[in-house]
Amino acid sequence: MGEEVKLFRSWSSPFALRIVWALKIKGIEYETVFEDLSNKSPLLLQYNPVHKKVPILVHNGRPIAESFVILEYIDETWKQVPLLPEDPYERAKARFWAKFGDDKVLTSVWNVFIKQGKEQEEALVAAMENLKFLEEEIKGKKFFGGERIGYVDLVLGLLANLISICEEIIGLKIVDEEKLPLLYSWMQDFAEAPIIRDNWPPRDKMIVKFQALLDAAIASSSSSSSSK
Amino acid sequence: MAEEIILLDLWASMLGMRVRVALAEKGLKYEYREQDLRDKSPLLLEMNPVHKKIPVLIHNGKPICESLIIVQYIDEVWYNKSPLLPSDPYKRAQARFWADYTDKLYELGRQLWLTKGEEQETAKKGFMECLKLLEGELGDKPYFGGENFGFLDVALVTFSCWFFAYESFGNFSVEAECPKLVAWSKRCMEKDSVSSSLEDPLKIHGFVIMMRKELGVE
Repeated sequence: MGEEVKLFRSWSSPFALRIVWALKIKGIEYETVFEDLSNKSPLLLQYNPVHKKVPILVHNGRPIAESFVILEYIDETWKQVPLLPEDPYERAKARFWAKFGDDKVLTSVWNVFIKQGKEQEEALVAAMENLKFLEEEIKGKKFFGGERIGYVDLVLGLLANLISICEEIIGLKIVDEEKLPLLYSWMQDFAEAPIIRDNWPPRDKMIVKFQALLDAAIASSSSSSSSK
Repeated sequence: MAEEIILLDLWASMLGMRVRVALAEKGLKYEYREQDLRDKSPLLLEMNPVHKKIPVLIHNGKPICESLIIVQYIDEVWYNKSPLLPSDPYKRAQARFWADYTDKLYELGRQLWLTKGEEQETAKKGFMECLKLLEGELGDKPYFGGENFGFLDVALVTFSCWFFAYESFGNFSVEAECPKLVAWSKRCMEKDSVSSSLEDPLKIHGFVIMMRKELGVE
């Protein structure tokens, strides 16, 4: 039977990267549809009318949106190289850390990136508290998934790239090798793993993009404070 | 083997109620422990050190946190009774997608009773849009799960006992805007697992009045 698998993504979306990695790790053939998010295609809007975002996986014409939902769908549909553990308790833990990664860690790292002065210092303290939980969780393991990359690694993996880009732009260490040695080491191992290392978006383009995002964030915060 | 199930919860929490509904659907006996979130118990802090929030399910000494993660855990461990997620991966993906969407409803609902004026109006509009979208997803099915009560039904039905509170503070009627959704919630309430787990809307209303006073919203 011909499987038709399409992935709608943008060149830089870290959430879409999770799906690229998952598909490649499982050896699934797929077609990429690149979207310009400033000019969304009618197909994107048709496939994800609720959020109008990428990534969207379209399998035999049926769309699935939201990266966590897509990852679980992929894992349930193509059973080779399982991403989630088999045991229900371990699965619950994996889902917990994935949610923590997006809800708390990503947000706190972003705050360190866009804030200045005292606010940035406070944001760094908050980020460290969150990152310490990850440091604790990876103890005794090479990857969050154990010996090999799993669901949690794929979800948190964007940190391995974005954090170093943010650190380069703002000149501030977020994951310091001395303070978070295990997490630092995981970031290196993950970034260099086969498949992962071949699929990072071009670093120079990412630096330009994130510098622009920072400039926009600074501009909007200073204009809102001057209008008070 | 004797199963030991403890639920750390707050009576008014619609997130905690999701777990109560799931446990009741599976016919499970458990110990309910009411938590005081202003004076958090050592057990809560030990079992959920990351968020320090309820609900927390403790199964044979091991904690599971986050309401939808707990419901999936319950569904996976006690898979042979009243399955909540369907077996087809695509249908499962749809259920998970919309259950995740109810988080948005939760945030907007909070804004509805936590704020006043323009902020509240914005929250109200967003809240109603979400409900309408969910009503669209229900369509003409008896439950979100189709013929059977399922995962998305569990995720959303607990909001229904909060509707009266939202309506009083937001000054609108859910039934007027989403009659099918209200009919669905009444259908769910005919199930013992739901009626025994949801709280009295009047009591919830009283709870919100108290919270607004405490947080200085009035």
